[in-house]
Amino acid sequence: METRSRIDILSLFLYFAIAIIGIASVYSATYEDGSMTLLDGRSGKQIMWFGVSLFVGIIIFFLNANFFEVFSWYFYVPLMLLLVVVLFIGADINGARSWIKIGSFSLQPSEFAKYGAAFAVSSVLSSIDFSFNKRYDVIKLFAVIAFPAILIVIQGDTGSALVFASFILVFYREGLTPILLVLGIVAIFIFVLTLVIGFSYFAITTLVLFLVFNAFTYTNKKMLIPSLSIMAVVVLFSLSVQFLFNNVLQKHQQKRIQVTLNLIEDNQGAGYNVNQSKIAIGSGGFAGKGFLNGSHTKGNFIPEQTTDFIFCTIGEEGGWLLSTLTITLFMLFILRLLYLASRAKKKFKRIFILSLASIFFFHLLVNVGMTIGLMPVIGIPLPLISYGGSSILAFGIFIFTALKMDASRDEDLTSES
Amino acid sequence: MNRHRSLYISIAVVIIGSIYILRLFQIQVLDDSYKNTAERISLRKQTIYPQRGLIFDRENKLVVFNEPVYDLMVSVPIRLGGIDTNSFCGVLGIDRLEFDTRLAKAKKSSYRGKAVFMKNVSNQLYARMQERLYEFKGLFFEIRRDRNYKYNSSAHVLGYLGEVSKNELGTQEDDYYEQGDYVGKKGIERYYEDELRGLKGEKYFYVDIHGVNKGSYKEGKLDVEAIDGNNLGLSIDINLQQYGESLLNNKMGSVVAIEPKTGEVLALISSPFYNPANFNIQNRGSYYNRAIKDPTKPIFNRAVSAPYPPGSTFKPIMALIGLENGAITPATHFGCPGYFRLGRRTIKCHPHPFSTSLERSIASSCNTYYCNTFKNMMQSDKYASTEEAYISWRSYLESFGLGNKLGVDISSEFRGWLKEPSFYDQMHGKGRWSYANIISLSFGQGELGLTPIQIANLAACIANRGYYYTPHVVRQIENVDAIQEEFRTKHFTKVSAKNFDAVIAGMLAVTQNGTGAGVAIKGINIGGKTGTVQNPHGKNHSAYMAFAPVEDPKIAIAVVVEEAGYGATWAAPIAHLMIEHYLQADSVTESSKMYLETRLKEANLIPLKYRSQRDTSLYGN
Repeated sequence: METRSRIDILSLFLYFAIAIIGIASVYSATYEDGSMTLLDGRSGKQIMWFGVSLFVGIIIFFLNANFFEVFSWYFYVPLMLLLVVVLFIGADINGARSWIKIGSFSLQPSEFAKYGAAFAVSSVLSSIDFSFNKRYDVIKLFAVIAFPAILIVIQGDTGSALVFASFILVFYREGLTPILLVLGIVAIFIFVLTLVIGFSYFAITTLVLFLVFNAFTYTNKKMLIPSLSIMAVVVLFSLSVQFLFNNVLQKHQQKRIQVTLNLIEDNQGAGYNVNQSKIAIGSGGFAGKGFLNGSHTKGNFIPEQTTDFIFCTIGEEGGWLLSTLTITLFMLFILRLLYLASRAKKKFKRIFILSLASIFFFHLLVNVGMTIGLMPVIGIPLPLISYGGSSILAFGIFIFTALKMDASRDEDLTSES
Repeated sequence: MNRHRSLYISIAVVIIGSIYILRLFQIQVLDDSYKNTAERISLRKQTIYPQRGLIFDRENKLVVFNEPVYDLMVSVPIRLGGIDTNSFCGVLGIDRLEFDTRLAKAKKSSYRGKAVFMKNVSNQLYARMQERLYEFKGLFFEIRRDRNYKYNSSAHVLGYLGEVSKNELGTQEDDYYEQGDYVGKKGIERYYEDELRGLKGEKYFYVDIHGVNKGSYKEGKLDVEAIDGNNLGLSIDINLQQYGESLLNNKMGSVVAIEPKTGEVLALISSPFYNPANFNIQNRGSYYNRAIKDPTKPIFNRAVSAPYPPGSTFKPIMALIGLENGAITPATHFGCPGYFRLGRRTIKCHPHPFSTSLERSIASSCNTYYCNTFKNMMQSDKYASTEEAYISWRSYLESFGLGNKLGVDISSEFRGWLKEPSFYDQMHGKGRWSYANIISLSFGQGELGLTPIQIANLAACIANRGYYYTPHVVRQIENVDAIQEEFRTKHFTKVSAKNFDAVIAGMLAVTQNGTGAGVAIKGINIGGKTGTVQNPHGKNHSAYMAFAPVEDPKIAIAVVVEEAGYGATWAAPIAHLMIEHYLQADSVTESSKMYLETRLKEANLIPLKYRSQRDTSLYGN
């Protein structure tokens, strides 16, 4: 059978479409006056990194697709080593030790660590005897993502570390019991409720619910013990949330969460970024103020305007139309990746592409969510749009690796599920 | 089974994406507040202040001009960071503590918008600061225009500017003024505010987080050019004005000179005066309180606001009314034994020949003559009662511009005192008063108060033989064809022209062989009338009213010097020197005149009780 190696055109198109919006946004966010061209400054560098990504992408397409599966640990281990190295030789920027300076370039290993983790996760999950019922397997699976996440927290970049939580979605798809997901959602619910109404009220409410429940079911003695223990766990969890929030989280992290939950209004302090970001986006209106005409963008009112808050420029200058277009492109890209994953014949490839889709989804969810005040401020980039060489290149390599795997699916004869 | 999970994940992606798109729709399309907030934060309106109209005198000499005032502003007080505070303080010449205080004050007055950091920065400091302003992001100068003056003169005519008050802001119809704007507060600055102010311009632009200009808004489509105010031409002769001021130096009183044929005010002096430059925006703060404490009331514009009993200067108009009314004829004589008998009371007169004609009654200022004239009128058969006669008498006076505001173009005009009959009804009972109760009015005392400009206008009426134009100090307005209608309208008195001859002959006799002859001016026929006004609070006020030349009057004048004594001693010579100065422009340099001038200029007639508390620095610079 002839082996075909055809890249998925729709994905490629979406990749370029998002990239172009990104370059234009970075250009506009840094635009000062008419003498600045697209090739100057940050937009020029952004274009260069896309060029490098394409170059690496072409190399990837010359490789044999099985190479990735066979050598998956050879991707994971060196990238993890980089995370260790950066702790020792990293440059301190904004209180985080996340960058390795090589000449005039700064490399951010945490961006590439996601790529590495995807290999390890795919490798562990796709091994023939893997089962979510075996404790050792599950520990091993969580260890490969916990390891980089912990290293990145140590670097001082909690936001990037949280990205590794997106692998939970992959695990779920591959058979992890949804109870974990449900518990996660319940935990978030209790967390939010504790912070909103305070532990005392939460505990009292829980107690009342427990009594009411038992009043209705007092004939059924069997329900007493389980419901009592559920109540105890819930109250204990709430208490620990209160304790962790007050004693473990740093002041600025507490405030970010409180601002997101509308518990405090602090438009000059912790809420400043989000408030300015909402003003910029909100002032864009239906059709936006026009390219290069964003007064809020021009006025540098929003910190991290080219990186974490790049979506402000899109919202302000392109209005609701461009915002919707951008989010739609992202959604289509993620859905397409999910489709590519589902048509993969090899488990390894499926999981790898799925990892990419999950990570992309998490970035979109958190980044755009924070700019419109639906998520706390967590400093992670909007993929392919935010300025940053490491991010552009890492996502580029990740995407082209995934597309290569998809392109070579016909070489794989067996279909595993 | 796990394939379904792929679907669930896809659904989650779509749901989250849709929530975000809807949320964006809400904040971008449905909610306008973000748009407004964004404009509030990043859109700035800069006001361009126009040149206020310049003011010239009668001879087209520049009197008032503009001088820039620089306010150092901070764009966004809370974002004033990233400047080198030490070098900034060094340039400004302030210490760190003052810097902090000023910044705190700016933050208090405006958290996000611009606020004043330092008001009225000096020229030198402005120049020094301007060079280095690029180092201090978020600081800029706002330039406004203050007044300055070529002459240390005419303060009461010109008035002054001040920041618009809350009250004025609240009552304005067109929302033209904004807090901090300058507006005319007194004098012609106030009366001609609409002409002088011009129209403010506006410039819209975007600013960045530090308040630095980031380019114009909508390519300047909304910008408005400032339009300069109209220049004014005064009828005041600054030369005559200054001369009069030198004569009134160290006196309390007033001089008003009017061109009878037009109503144009040639000179309007209220003394003590102050240097107008001390009352401009930059200096007024330190002078105003001192001026208020000064018991001689230097801010008070006596010329249009102070009511004085006219005393004997009232006699010519009494004669005119008597003639018109028929109480006397030009041939009427009254015998004067040196007093007028009124029951058991007598009203004293001055020594003069027994039989008094109309002409001599004016020349020698006979009280008896006017008591008789007034008595005749009040008891005339023409009227059913004294009240009716009084009403008639009062209406004659009103036709000369007394009892009401003349409507001059200077703020704070007072209408004077001229009582309604009801006043006497209240005092004596309805129908229970007669001429005897109000006999003092006949020689200008009693319940009578005329402002100096009303007395000068009276002289103009006589000079014109029966009419006047409302006195005004502005005779030309740039870009306006003619001054207001009311200043171009003749007001006729109720006394016919033929009745003026006898009175004018009497007034001429005053300066030829009457009470004012001692200070007559050679070569000019002056019609005058002295007045010595009884003052219950101190020495008599010296008053004088005149016009000249009698054959073709070019100037009508009134002089009042408070607590100075006889009218002939102070007010008359001041008036005569003014008349001569105006008509002959100093061609005569007789030694007697030089002596008179020096005597007047050097005389300090400020009452002793006030002298120690006077603040003479108000006049200096």
